[in-house]
Amino acid sequence: MPSEGHRDTKAGGQSGEAAVTSPQAGSRAPVPRSSDPKVEAAVAEAFRQEWGRVVATLIRMTGDWDLAEECAQDAFATALAKWTPDGIPDRPGAWLTTTARNRSLDRLRRTKTEAAKLQEVAALNVPAEAPPADDSGVTDDRLRLIFTCCHPALILEARVALTLRTLAGLTTAEIARAFLVPEPTMAKRLVRAKHKIRDAGIPYRVPPAHLLPERTSGVLAVLYLLFNEGYSASAGDDLLRPDLTAEAIRLTRLLARLMPDEPEATGLLALMLLQDARSDARLDERGDLISLEDQDRTRWDQAEISEGRALLEAALRRQQAGPYQLQAAIAACHADAATPADTDWAQIALLYERLGQLVPSPVIELNRAVAVAMAEGLEAGLSAVQSLEEGGELAGYYLLPATRADLLRRLDRLAEAAEAYREALSLAATGPERRFLTRRLAEVGGS
Amino acid sequence: MRYMLLMYGIEGDENGAPEQVVPAAEPEEPCWAPWQREMSSRPVMLIGGGRLQPSTTATTVRASGSEVLVADGPFAETKEQVLGFDIIECADLDEAIHVASRHPVAQHGGAVEVRPVLEMPDHPAQPELTIGS
Repeated sequence: MPSEGHRDTKAGGQSGEAAVTSPQAGSRAPVPRSSDPKVEAAVAEAFRQEWGRVVATLIRMTGDWDLAEECAQDAFATALAKWTPDGIPDRPGAWLTTTARNRSLDRLRRTKTEAAKLQEVAALNVPAEAPPADDSGVTDDRLRLIFTCCHPALILEARVALTLRTLAGLTTAEIARAFLVPEPTMAKRLVRAKHKIRDAGIPYRVPPAHLLPERTSGVLAVLYLLFNEGYSASAGDDLLRPDLTAEAIRLTRLLARLMPDEPEATGLLALMLLQDARSDARLDERGDLISLEDQDRTRWDQAEISEGRALLEAALRRQQAGPYQLQAAIAACHADAATPADTDWAQIALLYERLGQLVPSPVIELNRAVAVAMAEGLEAGLSAVQSLEEGGELAGYYLLPATRADLLRRLDRLAEAAEAYREALSLAATGPERRFLTRRLAEVGGS
Repeated sequence: MRYMLLMYGIEGDENGAPEQVVPAAEPEEPCWAPWQREMSSRPVMLIGGGRLQPSTTATTVRASGSEVLVADGPFAETKEQVLGFDIIECADLDEAIHVASRHPVAQHGGAVEVRPVLEMPDHPAQPELTIGS
């Protein structure tokens, strides 16, 4: 099938945040070294598992985001110094939270302002265990944290950055590298967002039931944006950023576990896994894009596919198919096809139709046109693409001329195909996308 | 007749802004205090005034029925003008956004900027002013 345009439907058609390129970004925040490798490994593992929880709990107890992050950092440093190979706590999370909390109380005591005294009293009176339930019945502080980080009153870039910083523990430098902005710019963005949370009174809680559906979809959108930036960067030379996709999957896994009654969270996790399963096969040795049709399907990650499929089936059983479940179902159709010819395009076209009903978007229509071309005939697909072009909503989107070019190529209308490839080339953002189109252009005899 | 005074100025450029007032050692009188004293003896003020948090804390709300569009930042269009004001007391920004989204201006194609009022814990709150008789 033509289009890599097909592979990842971005439901809204926009990917928002700037691009991503650095290979190192996404490694964990630097933790000082211990002399003992076993302790070091235990602390590193605790960092992966517990950072978000420690920060989330400290924010609830002190109401101070900066203090929470600094004291969490101190707690991990203390763990490195104090843990011994035989003395690693049974519940590292509880140990780290208590240590961070004591640290925050020390610091508040030393700051003699009235505000700090009030904070200290408040922190002393808050139980370390999360209160039993919000309106939503949810108890985990990390869920409060993610809903606050993804609050719609923050700009989208800040939501993504705050989520990576506070919940995933990436350093400001790492996030700045990941989104190709200078570190001071990213630092300012984070500071501004935290100030807005404090000064504008953005609540630290899971939204009440009447706001929950809308706000949950906002959180899922941030996580999917993060995944997409890793899966198909919107600018720069590297198309894939496995570190970002891994972070997105990790956070979505957490969210799906924390919200077991939200099938869209599970659906999004399924979608990410099914797409991520193809990542090894998507690029050739030069880092160039391989279309879905030409990918070596034996290189698809079967473990991820079966996990994704099982999650999707569990989500669909709840009979509330939303946009992410539908997109995951489309990805599963591709995963199920041993060869491109086995693909159930009629089913895919149907799924896109339902998706388009839920989330009207010209990008979804474009993908549906492709599925129609494969299911019913190239001419039918081409006329759907042409009517989209006349609509004008996708002007400037390179996959529109790229899709037309691909259909024309298959119809053997090579001169028209070449012209459409040239048009797509004038719009494509990343190096690999441009090289893919250039290669196609040469194949149809253009240059 | 009632008038509302809308103060305009350059943010961060205010003389005697609260963060520059040293509260503890030598309690220095904030710059607005004399004006406030003078005005409190003259029954012109209907509602306690206040200073707003900077525009970076602003949130702009538009709505259509129950669909609410929330955006970070102050209202930035140039063709619309200030139409009115309300001062509300809410538990948090979510409640304020809800109140704003129900306002007729938000419901009829306009926008409502939600801006927190700066709390000044180190100085007594504005004196309670009653509606002038």
